[in-house]
Amino acid sequence: MLQQIEGSRAVAETVALCRPEVVCAYPISPQTHIIEAVGVMVKEGRLSPCEFINVESEFAAMSVAIGASATGARAYTATASQGLLYMMEAVYNAAGLGLPIVMTLANRAIGAPINIWNDHSDAMAVRDSGWIQLFAETNQEAADLHVQAFRLAEELSVPVMVCMDGFILTHAVEGVDLLDQASVDRFLPPYEPRQVLDPEHPVSIGAMVGPEAFPEVRYLAHLRQLDALHRIPAIAEEFLTATGRQSGGLVHSYRTEDADTIVVAMGSVLGTIKDAVDIRREAGERIGVLGITSFRPFPARAVRQALSGASQIVVLEKAFSIGHGGVLATDVAMALQGTNCIIREVVAGLGGRPITRQSLVALFYKAAQGELGALLFLDLDMDVVDREVERMKANRRSGPSAENVLRDLGVTRGEGALS
Amino acid sequence: MNQRPFAITLDVGSSRSNHTGSWRVERPNYVNRLPPCNNACPAGENIQGWLYEAESGDYEAAWRTLVEENPFPAIMGRICFHPCESACNRVQVDEAVGINAVERFLGDYALEHGLRLPDAGPATGKRVLVVGAGPAGLSAAYHLRRQGHHVRLVDSSAQLGGMMRYGIPAYRLPRAVLDAEIQRVIDMGVEVMLNHNVDDIEIERESGRFDAIFLAVGAQLGKRVNIPAGDSARILDAVSFLHEVADENPPLLGRRVVIYGGGDTAMDAARTARRLGATEAVVVYRRNQEKMPAHVEEYEQALGEGVTMRWLSTINKVDADKIVIEKMRLNAEGFPEATGEYEELGTDAVVLALGQDTDLSLLARASDIEVNDGSVQVAENLMTNGRGIFAGGDAVPAERTATVAVGHGKKAARGIDAYVRGATPEPVAKHALAEFATLNTWYYSDAERTQRPELEKVRRQDNFEEVVLGLTERNALFEARRCMSCGNCFECDNCFGVCPDNAVLKFSDGTYEFNLDYCKGCGICAHECPCGAIEMVPERI
Amino acid sequence: MTKRPVRFYQVGSFAVGNRLLSDEERTVQSDPDRTNSIDSGHRACQGCGEALGARYALDAAMRATNNQLVAVNATGCLEVFSTPYPETSWRIPWLHSLFGNAPAVATGVAAALRVKGQSEVRVVSQGGDGGTVDIGFGCLSGMFERNDDVLYICYDNEGYMNTGVQRSGATPPAARTATTDVVGPQPGNTFGQGKDLPRIAMAHDVAYVATATVADLHDLEAKVERAMAFRGARYLHVLVPCPLGWGSAANETIHVARLAKETGMFPVFEAEYGVVTSVSKIRHQTPVEEYLKLQKRFAHLFGKNPRPEIVAHLQELANRNIARYGLIDREETPAARHASTSEEPA
Ligand SMILES: Cc1ncc(C[n+]2csc(CCOP(=O)(O)OP(=O)(O)O)c2C)c(N)n1
Ligand code: SF4
Ligand SMILES: [Mg+2]
Repeated sequence: MLQQIEGSRAVAETVALCRPEVVCAYPISPQTHIIEAVGVMVKEGRLSPCEFINVESEFAAMSVAIGASATGARAYTATASQGLLYMMEAVYNAAGLGLPIVMTLANRAIGAPINIWNDHSDAMAVRDSGWIQLFAETNQEAADLHVQAFRLAEELSVPVMVCMDGFILTHAVEGVDLLDQASVDRFLPPYEPRQVLDPEHPVSIGAMVGPEAFPEVRYLAHLRQLDALHRIPAIAEEFLTATGRQSGGLVHSYRTEDADTIVVAMGSVLGTIKDAVDIRREAGERIGVLGITSFRPFPARAVRQALSGASQIVVLEKAFSIGHGGVLATDVAMALQGTNCIIREVVAGLGGRPITRQSLVALFYKAAQGELGALLFLDLDMDVVDREVERMKANRRSGPSAENVLRDLGVTRGEGALS
Repeated sequence: MNQRPFAITLDVGSSRSNHTGSWRVERPNYVNRLPPCNNACPAGENIQGWLYEAESGDYEAAWRTLVEENPFPAIMGRICFHPCESACNRVQVDEAVGINAVERFLGDYALEHGLRLPDAGPATGKRVLVVGAGPAGLSAAYHLRRQGHHVRLVDSSAQLGGMMRYGIPAYRLPRAVLDAEIQRVIDMGVEVMLNHNVDDIEIERESGRFDAIFLAVGAQLGKRVNIPAGDSARILDAVSFLHEVADENPPLLGRRVVIYGGGDTAMDAARTARRLGATEAVVVYRRNQEKMPAHVEEYEQALGEGVTMRWLSTINKVDADKIVIEKMRLNAEGFPEATGEYEELGTDAVVLALGQDTDLSLLARASDIEVNDGSVQVAENLMTNGRGIFAGGDAVPAERTATVAVGHGKKAARGIDAYVRGATPEPVAKHALAEFATLNTWYYSDAERTQRPELEKVRRQDNFEEVVLGLTERNALFEARRCMSCGNCFECDNCFGVCPDNAVLKFSDGTYEFNLDYCKGCGICAHECPCGAIEMVPERI
Repeated sequence: MTKRPVRFYQVGSFAVGNRLLSDEERTVQSDPDRTNSIDSGHRACQGCGEALGARYALDAAMRATNNQLVAVNATGCLEVFSTPYPETSWRIPWLHSLFGNAPAVATGVAAALRVKGQSEVRVVSQGGDGGTVDIGFGCLSGMFERNDDVLYICYDNEGYMNTGVQRSGATPPAARTATTDVVGPQPGNTFGQGKDLPRIAMAHDVAYVATATVADLHDLEAKVERAMAFRGARYLHVLVPCPLGWGSAANETIHVARLAKETGMFPVFEAEYGVVTSVSKIRHQTPVEEYLKLQKRFAHLFGKNPRPEIVAHLQELANRNIARYGLIDREETPAARHASTSEEPA
């Protein structure tokens, strides 16, 4: 039933339909509305049986999920940004132990400077942890991905992170068609753990593994993710059959058939990009879009296939490996090894900087003109940067440049009230 | 669930394939050490062993263990001076275990329940003559019967028991107890001849065709000293005095009695005199209390019953109604010296308790038997130089106590058994002593000794009722449980419990074993063994 | 007092076993069929107090729960020596996640069991002192505060032993560790307030808090049993000497623990809902020197350049414990003690 509903609420309702048995919650913007809503449902008894645990930190949140999952309960939590980093050790641990926990990541920048707005730095920080990372383009997809995530996680015994852009999706009210309980139940069988703490069948989980077996353990984890490359599209296909909705999968192509230039991106920005592409198409440019839903496992073959016809690839991403460049771009480049494609990295939307259609249209125009450099920061205020660079030159000890930049922009730090 | 993650999830108990025993440089080893009580017991009783049985309340088993060595627990539990208690390691924790009291309890228990001694062994056809039916002779008779030999027990007295009957007053050893325990031995098939004087041992041997002889004739002759005495002075010797009392034919003493001597016999004589009506019983002794040979308990009992002491005094003269005492002092070496100071003491009779001699006239023809200083000389196995003739008890050089005599009886029986079988007696291997330092006394509960109740003083004055009473079962049990089981495992499970490597196996019969596959040799088990029954020995590497 | 008075028999309540007791009165450890929650073949050092403490506690918990037990373990010696691939020493369901999250993981286990209606299965979470008083403290406090149905057991060997004997918040003053060397004017660990976790636990008003040592098995087992009688968060702090880290002889592990208690250095008590309900009295009061001298980590206080003032300071700490918990009964005479131990012959 289609409803006008906040993204967080849609996710919460869908998560509840997945019958999680243990939900742990620690608040951080922009994840709060999700767990608040789940909390209410548990308290009301609408989601039952379920234990809703108000933990004292994200580290505890993931740890509680680990314990619950290892005891055979379907476990769910959600976080963002600092919270993800605070639970980082447990994030790796959950994957290492092969526990099918599902977590919503309401993507948000990482401080300092502290910033509550959206980008993908948090997700990128745990890309090597062994979690499957799925990026939602819309709230509809965000909601649907959770159902698929539980299915996928439990099939493979791998934890799955559903990434949705903070505020842009979490706080946006739009039409979402919520599933009904019966169809979720049909799609998502009860959790049958691969290993469980059971007094009748005791095992030791979490052994110390030395050099004699550690590489094999890691390689096997890799194989499981490669497995996911088959399961993700298959599950998406099943979901389509069951619900009539196209959600999930590895990648989505948009107007790429004859494209010379293909823009690659993840998450909600794909919508704006598609709009800009439509505009450029109207201007006669042969440009298309490839949205990547599964960032981990990275679908190299699907990406390569989807991009094979193009000569120029513009990777637009909301994250950045300082001192190196784009993160997604690097993966795309790897996928395109041996082709003649030119790859342009565009870093955009960091810390919530709006990515406007206007900027994108201009960007794509430039791309069509062959005027893009290897790495571009979209809409960077070069005046501020130049001034700061000058100051740094003059005085090597001019203090943290971020502070200076803010001063130059006339912004004070008090504004981060939501953090 | 059959697809557990590789390496991360493991099947329980798989570490047992890792044999950590290879780390070990020392290994634990169960040992039995000799408890000091056992070591000190003249009768060679396995005290720790029977206390262990008693602890569980199985008094019959305890008694059976006890009578393996000594057939007279009810007697010993009354008259033994219990060197075991002096040696007891528990002295260093609080007080010695009341071994003697428990022994008596067991003895009385057995009498009350009519427990019988083990049956005599299958007949060997060998004949043994035992001369003297005191503790040594009776003990020998018991052990010899168990070995299956024929025993003829002869004694010159009218009744069995020797000094146990004729030397120890009834208030210390009631006759019913004495009779019952002796009868039990006789019931094993001992041939008894009372009122039988052996004048010549060789004649006796030939006429009875004995394969071996045990001389346990005791020391029945009271020593006499030369004291100038008036005609009507009344002087008796303590041995005869006590003998007559035992025969229920007490001599007349008068109201004031002096006892001369400082041994247990002197105390017995004094206490007996009091019971016969003496208002004054004064013990005159030439040295002081410290040097007095009498046992403290005896001395204290005597004092409690109104006996008085004259220390550092010798009797110089005895008259009809008084004696003259010379005061003494101890010289630098601790010997008494005359001071030349005299004093008179009114008295009606003097009882000499100055020691006893052995009557060895029966050996007149057995010239190969060596006699030295009035004592028969014997080898380690108690054999004299005479062919097949053994001797023990007060007749040989040793401490003259009933318990020593019982021990001699057992030892002689063992020697005789070997002799008549033509074997050499097997040396009994002795374990190393369970020294206090080998114990971990933390584990023993704090528990002070239970005192034996005593007959009220007023009730002792004119009768021969037993003075020291027995323990109730409850107290005896408590007392038995105070035993620390020095040097011998008592199944406390400590080793089984404290091993961090679960390397001690416990079996249902109460035994343990080290599992050397896993024992790392840390030694905690040995350190925490309360009774010192585990030692650590270096591993040969 | 949760400790049952054992009828007097030689070893009364002190030794592991007592052949004259009825089955119910015997310790779990004396049972030939005890679980051996941690089995032979583990790689703990010779004389490891932690291996022993863990078996004592978990076997008792197994009995108390009728074998319906799940254990969660923090990183540390206990975890490392028990589960090096491909071998595990555990015989019970066991989960190791991280160093600092064992209480939270246990919360998750308990929540899962509750939601699945398996309320008969109980959860024990355990770790070393570092994992408990330091890095795991946040999770532990959270677990207490939420009153999750978990018994947390800290095996306190007074340092980060697994990483090579570094100082933890539970390391006693003056002790030498790899990060508190015996150099400078304040040799060894500095005197501070320490982190008294049992009291901090009590401040959470949880149902049950107790301390114990590996030297008193009856007490330890009784406390585990008592702990298992409650629902909600519970805390047990067990002193487990570490021969390697303390520089004590491998065979003296239990002896050293005993002296820790007898000197007052380590108070043994229990508390319910924040109130002390019983203390384990000192039986043979002992000066702290006797405890310290058995351990090389305190060797710098004795020998050529003795530091009597530091020893005196440690004695003061012990005295403070004695006063705080009333570890010595002044009135009690030996006779009174006798009367209480001789109660009833078995
Ligand atoms: C987050 C983290 N920090 C540090 C470590 C390293 N580390 C592993 S075990 C340990 C010490 C454990 O000490 P404690 O908890 O007291 O247990 P013990 O080994 O003494 O029994 C440390 C510091 C780790 N594994 N994880
Ligand atoms: S306690 Fe265990 S490991 Fe240590 S010596 Fe004894 S049997 Fe061996
Ligand atoms: Mg530690």
